[in-house]
Amino acid sequence: MIPELGHFALILTLLVATVLGILPLLGAQRNDAALMALARPAARLLFMLVLVSFGCLTWAFVANDFSVTYVASHSHSQLPLVYRITAVWGSHEGSLLLWGLMLTGWTAAVSFSRRLPDVFNARVLAVLGLVAAGFFAFLLLTSNPFERLLPAALEGEDLNPLLQDPGMVAHPPLLYMGYVGFSVAFAFSIAALIGGQFDAAWARLSRPWTLVAWLFLTLGIALGSGWAYYELGWGGWWFWDPVENASFMPWLAGTALIHSLSVTEKRGAFKSWTVLLAIAAFSLSLLGTFLVRSGVLTSVHAFAADPKRGIFILALLIFVVGGSLCLYAWRAAKLSGGGKFANLSRESMLLINNVLLAVVAATVLLGTLYPLLADALHMGKLSVGPPYFEAVFVPLMVPVVLLMVVAPFVRWRGHELPALVKKLLPALGASLLIGGAGAWATGTPSWRTALGLALAAWVLLGSAQLLWGRLTGQGTLMARLGAIPGSWWGMWLAHLGIGVFIIGVSLVKTMEANVDVAVKLGESAELRGYTFTLDKVVEAQGPNYTAMRGVVRVSHDGQTINVLHPEKRIYTARQMPMTEASIDAGIFRDVYVSLGEPVDASTWVLRLYYKPMVRWIWAGCLLMALGGLCAALDARYRKLAKIKAPA
Amino acid sequence: MHKLIVMLCLMLATNCYAVQTGSDLDARVAHLTEQLRCLVCQNQSIAESQADLAMDLKREVREMLEAGKSDAEVRDFMVERYGDFVLYDPPMKTSTLLLWLGPLVLFLAAIGAFIWRLRQRSREQDAAPPDEAELAKARALLTNKDEQ
Repeated sequence: MIPELGHFALILTLLVATVLGILPLLGAQRNDAALMALARPAARLLFMLVLVSFGCLTWAFVANDFSVTYVASHSHSQLPLVYRITAVWGSHEGSLLLWGLMLTGWTAAVSFSRRLPDVFNARVLAVLGLVAAGFFAFLLLTSNPFERLLPAALEGEDLNPLLQDPGMVAHPPLLYMGYVGFSVAFAFSIAALIGGQFDAAWARLSRPWTLVAWLFLTLGIALGSGWAYYELGWGGWWFWDPVENASFMPWLAGTALIHSLSVTEKRGAFKSWTVLLAIAAFSLSLLGTFLVRSGVLTSVHAFAADPKRGIFILALLIFVVGGSLCLYAWRAAKLSGGGKFANLSRESMLLINNVLLAVVAATVLLGTLYPLLADALHMGKLSVGPPYFEAVFVPLMVPVVLLMVVAPFVRWRGHELPALVKKLLPALGASLLIGGAGAWATGTPSWRTALGLALAAWVLLGSAQLLWGRLTGQGTLMARLGAIPGSWWGMWLAHLGIGVFIIGVSLVKTMEANVDVAVKLGESAELRGYTFTLDKVVEAQGPNYTAMRGVVRVSHDGQTINVLHPEKRIYTARQMPMTEASIDAGIFRDVYVSLGEPVDASTWVLRLYYKPMVRWIWAGCLLMALGGLCAALDARYRKLAKIKAPA
Repeated sequence: MHKLIVMLCLMLATNCYAVQTGSDLDARVAHLTEQLRCLVCQNQSIAESQADLAMDLKREVREMLEAGKSDAEVRDFMVERYGDFVLYDPPMKTSTLLLWLGPLVLFLAAIGAFIWRLRQRSREQDAAPPDEAELAKARALLTNKDEQ
């Protein structure tokens, strides 16, 4: 009964979304206040309905209702309660419902914004309603999570053990918050295109929304990377897997977007860019959903075998991209203008940043889609993996990072080149020295390490100099500190985060070490000065798995620093083996042990990893997200005038 | 600040000097197997994978290197057996021309567009008519003059 209620709520959602997508838009065109007034309550109702639907599906999981197909294939009566709840978004149908919940949640949040004038608000909510209508039609027609299974299954097939992990509890919601959050920036741009009005207030109003979406996406990607690091059992943190690329592309476009928005807000320039990037960020989010969810990634042929879902998302994608670009072309004339600026100015620096980030996003897109393209055109099956992405990504990102440090020093409108060079030359020289010395000090110098460390030093020194510049001068230190706006701290922290991130990436790449060794019980192996003693291997019983648990004593300089418990689990329902690594984490290094296969009754293979500075990678991401938060909370966004209603 | 970084690097470096595990052969095997795709896995290199096929291939790579084969010979052998699909680093040929040249072309086009836009913008600004505020100021000046 309850699944039917959920199903029914979903049908109502589609109807309300359709109403929200059409009537307020008509109202805005005809200046009909009654129709426009429909937007806010409809948006909230929409969210309530999806919430009910989501609650019903969760209930089906909690109550082990195996007469629902989706529950029967992704849950199990022995699955712990927390994973029964997170199993809701463990696969296609449920994760799309989560997507829908996020979308309508953002829509409802926008409806509470009192700063938007009614006409603009009605348009924004209507655009979001249209997106929701397309999305829920897709959900109901091709991926209904409430479909019944008759006769009901006696037992579920269990959730994929890879997903039975705390990281998976938070990763999809965070990622989707980010993905779907770009729909708000998209709706703001489309609403402005329809109204033909682009002023500073429009950019200022959409900035905090975009920043919040971006910060969630950053956290989601970082968490996914952390999850892969310890759960997949071989210590990598980024694999350039198409699924990862699918989340990285919107991030790149979103990063370009928040920079472009800052110019549009402060100087009224780059309106075209801002609109295009908002369209791109959201389209790439949709494309990511398509790539991950259609099955096209495993094989073009899997897609052809069951094309219904893929074709639907593809149609939605074409409608969104095509429709917005047509609208854009129609209104492009209104998008020109903005203040004057010289060839060397903050504006031009941010423009080149946008251009380069767009190229990087396009390159990742090319590499991700190329195998599919080649296969579809019968040019043979090929793989595009980490070696390709590293070869093209690094050279493209180096200029971005170089200029990222310069840009905050450059004044709006124009700056003298000699003055700028004089200001930054000491930091540049010091960075090159640090890069060289640092790479030499690692013991295995390579130009990549030198480049990475020099770039990181450039970012950190530049950030320090920038802060110093803000804090010295007239007035007391406290007064100057207090005068720095939140958006400046946001920029500063996020850029610092990039520096910290680069340190982590370059050092872990050069100095990591790993070894697979067969160790007898009671004996030990060594790696980089750490001694790993395999005391014993015991059997352990989990709620829905049995495991062999190693007890590995890690010592350094003769002192025991930790006892690690790597596990080899067999999940009972699917009889699927899983490796559960055990990690001694530290600021400067991780020591990572995973249990391999037994060689004989008293000998086990241990995979040992020494990962220096690996935590800095995620610390960098956290700093970036924190920067996003600071910028989003900037006091300026909370006390500003309404946009004038268009005549 | 930079002192701190140097210190940091040196501090970490002592760890490396202390122990050097693994021979050159290990490093070569690791490097090669990272670039070969495990054909029975979702998306893993044979270095990462624990699948039987990946284990066999790892052993095979090691044996071939021990027998004195070069890295290129091992790669060629794998391609002959499994096709280009096995390489994570796709080779440069007609079917991958767009893949390898695409980023460069995009980059050059973007830089070109950037420079063109800057030029066009500075030309527009030179020729731009005065905006509303300037016109209003001028009008005000003119009316003041008339009144005088």
